[in-house]
Amino acid sequence: MAEMSVQLVAVERRLWSGTANMVVAKTTEGEIGILPGHEPTLGALVEGGVVKIHTTDGEIVCAAVHGGFLSITADGVSVLAESAELAHEIDVEQARADLTHADEVERARALARLRATGHSA
Amino acid sequence: MAAQIRELRVRIRSVQSTKKITKAQELIATSRIAKAQAQVAASQPYAQEITNVLSELADAASNLDHPLLVERKEPKRAAVLVVTADRGLCGGYNANALRAAEELQALLRSEGKEPVLYVIGRRGVNYYKFRNRPIAGQWTGFSERPHYTDAVNAGEALVQAFLAGADDNGDAPGPDGVLGVDELHVVYTQFESMLTQKAVAKRIAPMEVEYSSETGGLRSSYEFEPSAEKLLEALLPKYINTRLFAALLDSAASESAARRTAMKAATDNADELVRTLSRQANQARQAQITQEISEIVGGASALTGGAGSDE
Repeated sequence: MAEMSVQLVAVERRLWSGTANMVVAKTTEGEIGILPGHEPTLGALVEGGVVKIHTTDGEIVCAAVHGGFLSITADGVSVLAESAELAHEIDVEQARADLTHADEVERARALARLRATGHSA
Repeated sequence: MAAQIRELRVRIRSVQSTKKITKAQELIATSRIAKAQAQVAASQPYAQEITNVLSELADAASNLDHPLLVERKEPKRAAVLVVTADRGLCGGYNANALRAAEELQALLRSEGKEPVLYVIGRRGVNYYKFRNRPIAGQWTGFSERPHYTDAVNAGEALVQAFLAGADDNGDAPGPDGVLGVDELHVVYTQFESMLTQKAVAKRIAPMEVEYSSETGGLRSSYEFEPSAEKLLEALLPKYINTRLFAALLDSAASESAARRTAMKAATDNADELVRTLSRQANQARQAQITQEISEIVGGASALTGGAGSDE
């Protein structure tokens, strides 16, 4: 099966890198699914989105990504996030509590966190 | 005599307790350098990727007339962001950064631009407050452990001022209500090695895009979502934030390194001082003992001499 190299980098650290069969993300234009051999693309990710990486090991890496860019080149896919959290790092209780946060951006982030962990709001 | 010894002992004790503090500071700073360097390394992948993306975009976008890229005609005001530490006890670190800032401001003035100060770090804020110099913006409390959000806070204020532009008349804010600037400069301390850190001034806007060293070959033609121009518009402020964040991280590493050097010197000096003082105290004590003995011997011989000196 075809594979591509994927990097998920946040400003303060590299969250994940490896090979994957598919990446699903959401740009400002809409949902995008990337398979190996995708044409080179640059996209802006929506605030409070979820990125799913189907790895070659058959796992699915989920991350809540808050704003950033998606760059697809011949070499692979890079997700540049301003801040991002992998699903297993997310504090679900905290995210639930943040749903009622006064700040709209915080609410969107909390929603993304919950979606990344597979919980409904 | 006895008083002198007591005084010396008090001084030795006080130097020793100072030494404990400087030693602890030295150890803390040493561990912080490693952390700061790890942070610098961890921020590298993002910085590299965003530079790549930016140069791709710059090639693809048909018109590169985004305000952050275009040199302004007759710039009137220039923002200077000075990165200093929150605390002292770090040798010449703050003084060097502030001196570099003063030099830059003098240079800007000679070019006919009025510098506008933005300051990071309590030390810098105090420096300018003491001299009654106006500060347009200040951020404190994170100099040793900067987070990206800190860079974003500063970056947003700077970019906003820059985009507003110094189109206003005189010193009052123009119709847009923002006291704008035409250039952005940052003064921070570059980490060169554990022993040398250099305060440098850099211009971050209008920026020159650093093209990646990819040469020749077939250029891949990109799809853009949304359009290249819109992407560029969203990306440029983020790129500035990344540059600021890199400057903050570099400064944090430099600060810890400078503090370690300063505290090591202080600890060594304390050691030296304790040695000298102990020697003086011992000498004084020895002198006292000698004197006492000679007094006793003198007294005894005076007694025996008085009783029967005709041997």
